[in-house]
Amino acid sequence: MLIKDYKPVLFDGAYVRGEWALDKYLAKGGYESAKKILALPRDATTRNVPSIIDEVKKSSLRGRGGAGFPTGMKWSFVDYKSKKNRYLAVNFDESEPGTCKDRVVGTYNPHMIIEGCLIAMHTVGIENAYIYIRGEFVEVFDHLTKACAEAYKAGYLGKNVLGSGFDFHVQPHRGAGAYICGEETGLLSSLEGDRGYPKVKPPFPAVEGAWRSPTVVNNASTIASLPHLIRVGADAYSMIGAKPGPDGKPAKNNSPGSQVYCLSGHVKKPGNYEHPMCLTMRELVFDLGGGMKDDIPLKAIIPGGSSMPLMRYDGKSYVASNGKELTDSLDMEMSFDELKKANSLLGSAAVIVMNERVCMVSALYNLVRFYHHESCGQCTPCREGSGWLEKIISKIYHGKGKPDDFERLYSVATQMSGTTICLLADSVAMPVGATITKFKEEFQHICKTGKSMVVEKFGEKAIRL
Amino acid sequence: MAFAFNDDSEKQFQWLLKRYPEKRAVLLPAFRLAEEQQGFVDNPSMDYIATRLELAPAYVYGVFTFYSHYRRPGDGKYVVQVCATLPCGLMGAQQVADCFKEELKLGMGETSSDKKFTLRKVECLGSCTTAPVVQVNDDFFELLTPQKIKEIVAALRDDKVPPHLSNGPSLEGGRCSYKPMVEAFPDGK
Repeated sequence: MLIKDYKPVLFDGAYVRGEWALDKYLAKGGYESAKKILALPRDATTRNVPSIIDEVKKSSLRGRGGAGFPTGMKWSFVDYKSKKNRYLAVNFDESEPGTCKDRVVGTYNPHMIIEGCLIAMHTVGIENAYIYIRGEFVEVFDHLTKACAEAYKAGYLGKNVLGSGFDFHVQPHRGAGAYICGEETGLLSSLEGDRGYPKVKPPFPAVEGAWRSPTVVNNASTIASLPHLIRVGADAYSMIGAKPGPDGKPAKNNSPGSQVYCLSGHVKKPGNYEHPMCLTMRELVFDLGGGMKDDIPLKAIIPGGSSMPLMRYDGKSYVASNGKELTDSLDMEMSFDELKKANSLLGSAAVIVMNERVCMVSALYNLVRFYHHESCGQCTPCREGSGWLEKIISKIYHGKGKPDDFERLYSVATQMSGTTICLLADSVAMPVGATITKFKEEFQHICKTGKSMVVEKFGEKAIRL
Repeated sequence: MAFAFNDDSEKQFQWLLKRYPEKRAVLLPAFRLAEEQQGFVDNPSMDYIATRLELAPAYVYGVFTFYSHYRRPGDGKYVVQVCATLPCGLMGAQQVADCFKEELKLGMGETSSDKKFTLRKVECLGSCTTAPVVQVNDDFFELLTPQKIKEIVAALRDDKVPPHLSNGPSLEGGRCSYKPMVEAFPDGK
């Protein structure tokens, strides 16, 4: 169900230069939602606004960072009994290969993020928010600092904001090129001025986060979704992207709201597409993306950023959540729950498309090299495991693999997952496991003969990264 | 060579100290201030920052080297960072890398003898839908072709604003600054 006339929310005004300033945002109805929220009183003992936490829960808004965790639920886990100051950390350390949605939101809509911060801060009872921005995104940092400055001048930030009696501060903070700082506890370590080492959970950040105080960590796109959620209300928000249920009436959506799909790789029109989470992979790749580049057949799709299991396109049938049998995995809906059933994950909705000329051994080598480079080195299974995997795949890639290397890859990958502090080890193990099982013949062929199957088939036209 | 913050950096540093509940949190922003001021972060500036934040120099070195994005002494005037991760790789990052190698007459990881260019392979730059991508200092160049690369390198050689910029015009050193916020909210607390 492609909604052709869907009006973008996060991408409102995207790709138009010079439109991000406060006057432009106010003209679009900006800060109205924040005004609405700030007028509500806080609970005297818990210092939060329970009605808005319930509202966000009711809307079923799910985090856009990758895990799809319900935002309202996250807010309700905060240790409200603690007398300490609470903090909000906005995760703008977008580094997952394939993902580039937050960057666009931050560049063209910085005030939407600040307004989202205000809503989250008042609801949870927070005075200080920190936006952790990836070091490479200089333009985002530039726009966000200037937008914050505008907001301070206009009284949307600072002391006694909009007469609410509460102080609100937002501070942009620049990272410096470490993938691991996108992990919530790694981000908090980095924010505190340390290496971006993730910490053991529990205690979760909601109980003991930044500076050992209760901290809410939300993705930038999640925060940017809040003004719209408050504007339309929870009921309407939960119906965005709803499909007809068994009785013909639209049924509540488990993944409501719009998602920014980052479509990259071998398609005619790669780009960021904002759409409710009811579209299928076919609609994304062939309708929005214009189809395969140069009309070369599709081989594989990574649906949610490079750490998610890759899906092989084989046209086999698949059963959707409503029991309907679909003849083709391309007709699968791109939502959090549906992709889980297909043994993959939506993650950050970064869709990487590969055509049949891609040598999967080289693609996996590229990814494993990335994860080995980005392992923080705290836990042995990840630090050593990712290195071993890189070495083995490098050997295979260069045609020096042995027939049992295939088994070895599998064994190392399975021993890595679930044994470390954070999910980075799983982020390596998942694509390795999925790629070598789904393209077993390619790996076995190159292990046995030392030659890439794709190169043998396509010669010079083969894509070896 | 001793390092000290100039008035500009000092003002921002003092303001930053008020923005965080703990002094140590200013460490990463302080590296940026030093980087802005002298173009790179070296040992004297790290020692200076360690003293200012009351941290052990060894700790400061450790944190600094954990991160890969700061400019270090010896880097060329223009650091060309070629993204080599999967989405860019699929769209021809290797050709882009080869093209830069040929144009600049440099190998990967090398700096030219006149200290003008450094060529480096980096991991995902977060601009995957417009692959292949390079970042030169703070500026992004997207959807690269050999022709575009030639034009970009030619402009940089003459220290002109390069064509095909994907972001707004480069604001020499003005982009990593907290100055607008310091002015709007001088109190800081």
